[in-house]
Amino acid sequence: MSTHVADTVENAIATPDKEQPYAALGLKPDEYAQIREILGRRPTSGELAMYSVMWSEHCSYKSSKMYLRQFGQKVTAKMKEKLMVGMGENAGVVDVGEGWAVTFKVESHNHPSYIEPFQGAATGVGGIVRDIISMGARPVAIMDQLRFGAIDHPDTARVVNGVVGGISFYGNCLGLPNIGGETYFDSVYQGNPLVNALSVGVLRHEDLHLANASGVGNKIVLFGARTGGDGIGGASILASDSFDAAGPTKRPAVQVGDPFAEKVLIECCLELYRLGLVEGIQDLGAAGISCATSELAANGDGGMIVHLEEVLLRDPTLTAEEILMSESQERMMAVVEPGKLDAFLAVVAKWDVETSVLGEVTDTGRLIIHHFGEEIVNVDPSTVAVDGPVYERPVAYPLWLDKLQADSASGLPRATTGEELREQVIRLVASPNLADKSFITDQYDYFVMGNTALSFPDDAGMIRVDEESGLGFAIATDANGRYCQLDPYAGAQLALAEAFRNVAVSGAVPVAVTDCLNFGSPENPEVMWQFKQAVEGLADGCLELEIPVTGGNVSFYNQTGDQPIFPTPVVGVLGIIDDVARRIPSAWQDEGNNIYLLGYTRDELDGSAWAGTIHDHLGGLPPVLDLSTEMDLASLLQGAAIESLVLSAHDLSDGGLAQALAESVMRFGVGARVWLNDIIERDGVDATAALFSESTARVLVSVDREDDVRFVGLCNARNYPVLRIGVTDQRGDEAVLDVQGQFVIPVSEIRERSNETLPKYFG
Amino acid sequence: MRIGVITFPGSLDERDAQRAVRLAGAEPVALWHGDHDIQNVDAIVLPGGFSYGDYLRAGSIASHAPIMAEVIDAANKGVPVLGICNGFQMLAEARLLPGAHTRNAHQHFIRRDQKLRVENNTTAWTTQFTLGEEIIIPLKNADGLYIADAETIKRIEGNGQVTFRYAGLNPNGSMNDIAGVSNERGNVVGLMPHPEHAVEPGFGPNTAVAMRSGLDGLKFFTSVIQSTLLAHA
Repeated sequence: MSTHVADTVENAIATPDKEQPYAALGLKPDEYAQIREILGRRPTSGELAMYSVMWSEHCSYKSSKMYLRQFGQKVTAKMKEKLMVGMGENAGVVDVGEGWAVTFKVESHNHPSYIEPFQGAATGVGGIVRDIISMGARPVAIMDQLRFGAIDHPDTARVVNGVVGGISFYGNCLGLPNIGGETYFDSVYQGNPLVNALSVGVLRHEDLHLANASGVGNKIVLFGARTGGDGIGGASILASDSFDAAGPTKRPAVQVGDPFAEKVLIECCLELYRLGLVEGIQDLGAAGISCATSELAANGDGGMIVHLEEVLLRDPTLTAEEILMSESQERMMAVVEPGKLDAFLAVVAKWDVETSVLGEVTDTGRLIIHHFGEEIVNVDPSTVAVDGPVYERPVAYPLWLDKLQADSASGLPRATTGEELREQVIRLVASPNLADKSFITDQYDYFVMGNTALSFPDDAGMIRVDEESGLGFAIATDANGRYCQLDPYAGAQLALAEAFRNVAVSGAVPVAVTDCLNFGSPENPEVMWQFKQAVEGLADGCLELEIPVTGGNVSFYNQTGDQPIFPTPVVGVLGIIDDVARRIPSAWQDEGNNIYLLGYTRDELDGSAWAGTIHDHLGGLPPVLDLSTEMDLASLLQGAAIESLVLSAHDLSDGGLAQALAESVMRFGVGARVWLNDIIERDGVDATAALFSESTARVLVSVDREDDVRFVGLCNARNYPVLRIGVTDQRGDEAVLDVQGQFVIPVSEIRERSNETLPKYFG
Repeated sequence: MRIGVITFPGSLDERDAQRAVRLAGAEPVALWHGDHDIQNVDAIVLPGGFSYGDYLRAGSIASHAPIMAEVIDAANKGVPVLGICNGFQMLAEARLLPGAHTRNAHQHFIRRDQKLRVENNTTAWTTQFTLGEEIIIPLKNADGLYIADAETIKRIEGNGQVTFRYAGLNPNGSMNDIAGVSNERGNVVGLMPHPEHAVEPGFGPNTAVAMRSGLDGLKFFTSVIQSTLLAHA
């Protein structure tokens, strides 16, 4: 038992002048003053702990809130049609038809993953999966969006192998198919890698659960793993403070994950839902019990009393404040009717999950926490969880941006011979960002659950929801930090457009968006400008595409010293497909099919992979985007999918047509014979632009010769630009990518160069 | 024909195994690790996963689960038992199958469409295969390196107890490329790859014909249905 004597409310009233370590807990002087004003006295140490974590940037969104409101304001009636739960809950929920709903969200775990890559990434997966469970859903898929430092930096292998190992360990052990994601390398992420984790869950409409504590007398039950000393202060200190090379080590603040405990917790929760034994539920993540109790109480209609000594501890020496702040993983808090408590406890016992009843819902409107009979917290829960400070941070246009945008890639030297083009294609294929990622994805299970219709390296992951009807969803995420550095408004929209396109090429209809906004310090006005621009771009883009943002996460303070990362808004788009049997893979599988290019190619090399890889150049303006054209393209692809007119469809993005062709021939070893002259002639570009431009709204498709007339007819009827640019060629050892009049590359050579890059550094 | 699939805490592929049983034409019966009851099933599947988080050793704690007493009893009476991945590890820990498993030689978890060669088509779970047939079955594990002492290896090779061998590439460093083994009687079979993930078009491993089209896993289940019907005839 703890010998520490907690600071009581009585004591706080008696000792108003006691000095409190608010600054060390991350609170600013005016925030501390505000807490004193709310309470009409100084906070107890327990209350101070609660306010400090809940008012941290990570939990309160205090710098981003005023911008994020746009996602709720820029909406049309159509955008609300399928939305069952929008922003503000643990995850958004979308009606996908036939009585089914899908919930999904992406979240960051960047800072812990730099300090302790394995546990940081593992608990990132664990945390987002618990958000999905707490909506009443069965988690059915995960994805990760990863950004690391330069591939050849001496520290990168430590981070990559730790992060990938952690995701592999936790995700595989949970039995969740990992169906896609992103991996990029750039020196701007050297001291601050990005580890974002996305999870998707499936539920019947009637199983929807929300995080609120209602019904006076209902019991507050904590179940799952015991509470320990890991992750104490993680939320306020780790996630809201950038790294300083000279600072003290923060290792103990990283949480430790136990995927077995979480797997059992998932099954236990699903059984509780099935039997109707839970009124409200909340996962414990950042800020642990502080967050769960205050959010449940604030969202409910009364108050709550909690007896903290009832919390089962892993370490009996923990103080009351530490118990309130601990971020021990694999814990959930439920609101249970007294009459159902025995049935609840029986289910929990069946799964060998430990449980304790902490308290109950009251009608006082106050969150009151006792520790061994003494009152240590007495607050209005909404002042902790909802009405935290909101900042309008100074915003300043970055003065360096004009110069960067003026430095276009259009003047960079271009290849003059086929041989030079061939060499550039190979260099791009082998470059870290475009190279084969099997070294990473081979460590992830995508077979488990038996419903994976598409997964990496397909453009989107796809999961069957209903075994009878074939109903399913597709999901893709994207972010291009280089584009966002050049223009954060356009960059965010380009990420949205690419994820939208990636869902469309799979044959699904895009319906909803989640985002993880990774930026530098909000205290830097230039970063705040980038953030403002990106959020506006994303909100405007969603409005135009008429798909709502359903939830997400903001991660600030991603920087090393004063150097912020490229703005990196990761955008995830969810789509619905009536029958996954009609899914479209991203590469061709057969010889003798026609290859078509949809969309126009412009000379757009600014910010491209070509400029970065061949010339180490970043400048100019990102490609022009027209979202209405993207909608036309998506609708065309849906039409083609319904009539089964295309055999494969692959989005053109990083590395342009050259990279799309290389990926298409590598995937199943079926070569291609391609000509560029029609593109060059129609679009007025040269061979370099034809191969490497990253113009938007373009897709490479393969079509069976029998369906040629119907396919071209479909494109013409919809007035969408289409060009036949080649045919799929022989497979096997002799397979080649033959770009006629320019170069020939054996598929085996492309594959070897693409496959060797990651193992060379990390194997 | 009723085939039981046991759920242990941390089992992951039990619903997939039930689906495979159903697609093969038998009735899946969900069994619970904590019960001393196998509900009179005709055959038993120990599914894949990370039972008890693989703590201590993969399959070790689960091999002492209450229901394992009945599984061992049934196996000794000739009831067909299939252990897939973690289930194979449990059967080895329970000494129903020879050998043991350790960490993959390359230390990583690996997931791949794995080619196997059928080395024995007389066990309860392999009669529908032809001897020497090459099949593709998804593999996914961290502790898949099959290991045994030299004498055991010699004995099981001599007895024809090596049921499947990795072909083309040994993905985890297993001795003699061993992917699966049986007991002497041939009713108990364990293998690291996952046949229940190669039973349904669109969701299986890639084959030379098309992506995700592999159905070779179905034959495990049709084999046991056939051998059970023959045994009862």
